[in-house]
Amino acid sequence: MSTHINESILSEEIKQDMKKGRTNHMEYMEGMEILSDSNLMEQVLSAVKHYNYNQYTKKDVRHALDKESRGQKEFSALLSPAADDFLEEMAEKATLETRKHFGNSVYLFTPLYISNYCENYCVYCGFNCHNKIKRAKLNAEGIEQEMAVIAKTGLEEILLLTGESRKMSDIGYIGEACKIARKYFKMIGLEIYPINSDEYAYLHQCGADYVTVFQETYNADKYETLHLSGHKRIFPYRFYAQERALRGGMRGVAFAALLGLDDFRKDAFATGMHAYLLQRKYPHAEISFSCPRLRPIVNNDKINPMNVHERQLLQVMTAYRLFMPFAGMTISTRERAGFRDHVIGMAATKISAGVSTGIGSHTEDENRGDNQFEIADGRDVNQVVAAIRERGLQPVMNDYVFV
Amino acid sequence: MKKNDKLVIGGHEFTSRFILGSGKYNLKLIKAAVENAGAQIITLALRRANTESEENILDFIPDNITLLPNTSGARNAEEAVRIAKLAREMGCGDFIKIEIIHDSKYLLPDNHETVKATEILAKQGFIVMPYMYPDLNTARELVDAGAAAVMPLAAPIGSNKGLATKEFIKILIEEIDLPIIVDAGIGRPSQACEVMEMGAAAVMANTAIATAKDIPLMAEAFGRAVEVGRMAYLAGLGQIRDTASASSPLTGFLQ
Repeated sequence: MSTHINESILSEEIKQDMKKGRTNHMEYMEGMEILSDSNLMEQVLSAVKHYNYNQYTKKDVRHALDKESRGQKEFSALLSPAADDFLEEMAEKATLETRKHFGNSVYLFTPLYISNYCENYCVYCGFNCHNKIKRAKLNAEGIEQEMAVIAKTGLEEILLLTGESRKMSDIGYIGEACKIARKYFKMIGLEIYPINSDEYAYLHQCGADYVTVFQETYNADKYETLHLSGHKRIFPYRFYAQERALRGGMRGVAFAALLGLDDFRKDAFATGMHAYLLQRKYPHAEISFSCPRLRPIVNNDKINPMNVHERQLLQVMTAYRLFMPFAGMTISTRERAGFRDHVIGMAATKISAGVSTGIGSHTEDENRGDNQFEIADGRDVNQVVAAIRERGLQPVMNDYVFV
Repeated sequence: MKKNDKLVIGGHEFTSRFILGSGKYNLKLIKAAVENAGAQIITLALRRANTESEENILDFIPDNITLLPNTSGARNAEEAVRIAKLAREMGCGDFIKIEIIHDSKYLLPDNHETVKATEILAKQGFIVMPYMYPDLNTARELVDAGAAAVMPLAAPIGSNKGLATKEFIKILIEEIDLPIIVDAGIGRPSQACEVMEMGAAAVMANTAIATAKDIPLMAEAFGRAVEVGRMAYLAGLGQIRDTASASSPLTGFLQ
């Protein structure tokens, strides 16, 4: 197994904890719903296992680019190192596909962190339960205040986020947040800990219609070394979150691997296959990708040759677009403004604006709770709207109706 | 063009037979596109009008244009009915284009659910224009359900692939007494022209115009192509009569 986790991000405590004995990450915990009639995970993991990106040649990439509709084989070639030479053409073709399916629309949203309590021990995350950060949780009044401030900026779509603590942010609490959000926004997405399908159904009733769950990495062995404890440790329960969300009546689901945690080509391939196979099974599902990456450290290429630089990130994004031209794609604020402004209209269809990853930070000068990660693009809504227009694209606040 | 050649949908008369879509391009270009195309009906996704922002699509559509809101986003009949009612509440009028899609990849319409929604909405006084896959049995059911027109697809939405379903559209034109309005997949003015020559009552296009370099100019090209195709269709009927009367009847010898 490849182990190119960047050790410089790990504290001494984590390094020690990583050596300790741990529970079986493939075994469900009590209360976790099992979709015994689904074998999607086996299908995806088997495809990834057999994905050897070095076997693809320039001829394969040429063939993939020339095809009108692309399947697993073409997607495999487009993610391979051989495709790097074709990046410009991939970008051109992706731009045409994006235009065909989304016109010149670019959708705007902002994430709202309502709680950062977490029961997981994910070695790479700022919110993990062993990190001594300021923890906070907004009450109903606080949520409403934050939402009122955000709504004033003109945004109509909100993504509600919590840290992964069932105790501190239970389903009832998240449901109340959705109900408040309904008053201020047209469209509500959730990025919370994975839950059972009946719980997704409840949150759908409360007004949420989109669910994002990052698998982080699809390499189950690597996953196990990164998620030392907590319910997130259970790989299959997380994997089946999107399917449970759809069964709970959610309209759309989003997928992502945190590129750079493991072999990014394999993880991107797995993410695409996960989305592709789920859409085939649930043809009505609206599919979306996110493309977060761990930033490479400067001059670290020798230690970690699989770093995800902007060039690799763009290869992944355009490969997603050419593979599933109808899927939505969100570009993270982890990326700099110059990158984000160029990928909208090319591969990405959705961009966040006015982002803060702290708790209560829209209404108070000083955050009540610390940030999950540093953002690279701190522009407010007006600035992002202006940037979208600058590129001849059309900012769209809402294209959705809750039914 | 013949003066009395009117497109009649649900008792409303139109002289233009080109229906323009409003998605996927800058709102500021809508007015120019409508005017250049000479369109009198414009479709819009109700979900796009569902916004508080300063840029509501409804404000960009000229007042004298008939709105044809669509139910995109509906995955079944029940959702389509709810969206249609919302459109009426928002002041979009009584026309409704039913779009029920249960497939996020090809966006193909669900004929079965479309018939159900048509029946419910027609009873509630809507002028129902269902978007459908060109199937004769479904088209007959839509007639019985109270549709005001039938809108078969030429090819998948946004594909610009042209008349992939040509033979089946011909059958609908022959067999169905309601206006057959060809919707979706038309990629070029020449294809719009061809479908009008075949006898379609009207053509609707969006992506072909939205993805053109010069949107108002492409709208104009479509508007004219539709007109020309209609003219040819009308002229064609006349021509057949001319030929028949000019030749010696084969049965002239009969006593």
